[in-house]
Amino acid sequence: MHTVISRDKRPAGVGPMAAEGVDRSDAQATNSAANRKLYKSRVPIYPKEAQGQYRSFKWAMMAITLTIYYLTPWLRWNRGAGAPNQAVLVDLAHERFYFFFIEIWPQEVYYITGLLILSAVALFLVNALFGRLWCGYSCPQTVWTDLFIWVETRIEGDRNARARLAAAPWTVSKLAKRVSKHSIWLLFAVATGGAWVFYYNDAPTLLHQLLTGTASYSNYFAVAGLAFTTYAFGGLMREQVCTYMCPWPRIQAAMTDSEALCVTYRRDRGEPRGAHKKGDSWEGRGSCIDCNQCVAVCPMGINIRDGAQLECINCGLCIDACDDVMGKIGQPKRLIAYDTEANVLRRLHGEAPRYRFVRPRTILYAGVLAGVSAVMLLTLTTRHTLDLDVMRDRNPDYVQLADGAVRNAYTLKLMNRHGQARTLRLEVSGIKARQVRLIGDGEIKPSVRLRVDADKVRTVRVLVTVAPQDLAASHGLTFALADDAIGEKRGVDAIFVPGAGK
Amino acid sequence: MSRKEIDQVTGTETTGHEWDGIKELDTPMPRWWLGIFWATIIWAIGYWVVYPAWPGITSYTHGILDHSQRDEVTANVASLKAARAGRETALAKASLTDIQKNPDLLQFAMAEGKTAFGDNCVPCHGAGGQGAHGYPNLNDDVWLWGGKLSDIEHTITVGVRSTSPQTRESQMPAFGRDAILKPAQVDDLVEYVAHLSGRPADGRAVRRATQLFADNCATCHGAEGKGNRAVGAPNLTDNEWEYGSARDDIHDQIWNGHGGVMPTWGGRLSPEEIKALAVYVHNLGGGE
Repeated sequence: MHTVISRDKRPAGVGPMAAEGVDRSDAQATNSAANRKLYKSRVPIYPKEAQGQYRSFKWAMMAITLTIYYLTPWLRWNRGAGAPNQAVLVDLAHERFYFFFIEIWPQEVYYITGLLILSAVALFLVNALFGRLWCGYSCPQTVWTDLFIWVETRIEGDRNARARLAAAPWTVSKLAKRVSKHSIWLLFAVATGGAWVFYYNDAPTLLHQLLTGTASYSNYFAVAGLAFTTYAFGGLMREQVCTYMCPWPRIQAAMTDSEALCVTYRRDRGEPRGAHKKGDSWEGRGSCIDCNQCVAVCPMGINIRDGAQLECINCGLCIDACDDVMGKIGQPKRLIAYDTEANVLRRLHGEAPRYRFVRPRTILYAGVLAGVSAVMLLTLTTRHTLDLDVMRDRNPDYVQLADGAVRNAYTLKLMNRHGQARTLRLEVSGIKARQVRLIGDGEIKPSVRLRVDADKVRTVRVLVTVAPQDLAASHGLTFALADDAIGEKRGVDAIFVPGAGK
Repeated sequence: MSRKEIDQVTGTETTGHEWDGIKELDTPMPRWWLGIFWATIIWAIGYWVVYPAWPGITSYTHGILDHSQRDEVTANVASLKAARAGRETALAKASLTDIQKNPDLLQFAMAEGKTAFGDNCVPCHGAGGQGAHGYPNLNDDVWLWGGKLSDIEHTITVGVRSTSPQTRESQMPAFGRDAILKPAQVDDLVEYVAHLSGRPADGRAVRRATQLFADNCATCHGAEGKGNRAVGAPNLTDNEWEYGSARDDIHDQIWNGHGGVMPTWGGRLSPEEIKALAVYVHNLGGGE
């Protein structure tokens, strides 16, 4: 008795041979435009674990980015007594942001804006050069999804085993696998949320508080909230986040062009595709044996052979899968490769491929990037360690005194961004005043020394009185704050209102 | 019950209604929506159990937490008072001049004074203490009853023409209205007062009014019109005019003898609050 293995009887996931030694995968590109309806529930994807150059690079990137994320809050940086010694800290309670040697006050939030602009332009530049590298390797969504799929693969097995398990009836073994998978996911999720709050607090202190149940509610809420989103995004929603929630795939369509390096199926070489029998000639046909391995490994559920599509995160796993197959059938590798759409067209027209990294688009992005970086660097390195804000009283606008003299009042904020307390000199000039008085500290003539604590703002009120005969010429004055020890000085011009009808 | 009709394209039941050949699908609610809907109902039931919820005739269901926002406010106020207690005691003990010298206490007094000023004084004296017609400006260097810290504290405590037995009291007579002086005499006095503050005036009227001023006004305003703080009589030689500096304003004041009322705050505000207010007003810039 012999058995004929028909397509239907073959084990799940194994189709007919695509070529000698290469099975055809029955993987469906569930998210390719042809298969996707406008309203449809998620069809689960069980990406096969790829092996190769890009997969190794993706593992390495995962290790690096996760290490940075988890370890950064534990780095210490000595800033002297009284200042936190955490290298990277967003100190909301004291309104300070620390990044190694940089300390930013809320008034300098434009540095954060600058950083965001830098990140955006860097993203544009990388996208114009190499496509969506960010999406493929370093976006948190990619990294955590990859991590969660790795956990899933370790517990439930590779693609076919996972598909079988999903279809199988509930048994103790299935329950055990599912429970352990979700538990480990949750563990990673909680660790993710747990690491996040360390950026906002002293990490060792907070860890102790979290474990002993003495941390503030907001921390537990943050951990719980981020654990939930991590679990949901990385474990349950995965590619849907990229396709439906993230704006970048849409934006990048406008930021890229046909000269950008993207994961590309070289249809000039692959078509016409079809199964290949051993011994057949490769003449008159393409290298693609339609084995579907590129679809099987795709975490986004697409078919790269459909061409560039917004779901593609450019991770290169299909390159690894295809290279493996090409090796087995003795064809040149890189049928799928980081290449440009323009080169595919050039080859189709019999031209030699060219790589044009220098294009108006990339020059513009690089120029903007360099410009913004230079401005940021310049302002960061030359920024003052002291600052002065002057707010003139508006209510009352001015005060008329008994003899006709007029007084204006000013509230001054003296800011000391230094790590040490300093004695700063406050000076008033540019006006012929009868009296310049500092409430609590007497007269300023011509200047007064004021102590400002380390990393603090001191508020003082200054009253400037101008005699009646000098009012006509009095319209403004200058407040200056100086640290004579290091020769730093900040001057602020202010208005003087000489009264009605003057 | 009508027959179920299934739409061929979507596989969804229709409502059975038809308008111009268009049928409406009876698409079921999304499951996530229904899930949240039921979850909120369960949440509400939990809420009834835990928190006060249902009103009764005389009372209401208290819930197992017996939570009350009133109690919460009371507790918050109590904890705030406890947190302030140290400085409040220090404020009570410190003399007004001590407060001025102690930066920490000064800051506390200024903050408390600012709040008390906003709650109690702003309606008459204005948000910045700038005053208005008939209400003194507290920023300048003109003080009817004295501008020292202790003077200000006393004025706030007893008020002016108030109900307090110790009130600061004085009354400018209504020279015209009560027919103490003749209209022509009042007109002459207006010229005299204008002349006092150095403004051009009708010389003959000034000469006529010199004796009138000495007889009727000098008792309170002084022979030179410089005022007298003991009776809250304003200085008539300066540039500050509570009731206006125009001839009509001066005439109105001599004719009608306006005098504002400031309530007594002793007993209404605590002595510490009054102290803080005095420090705050003094530091508006005009304090002596």
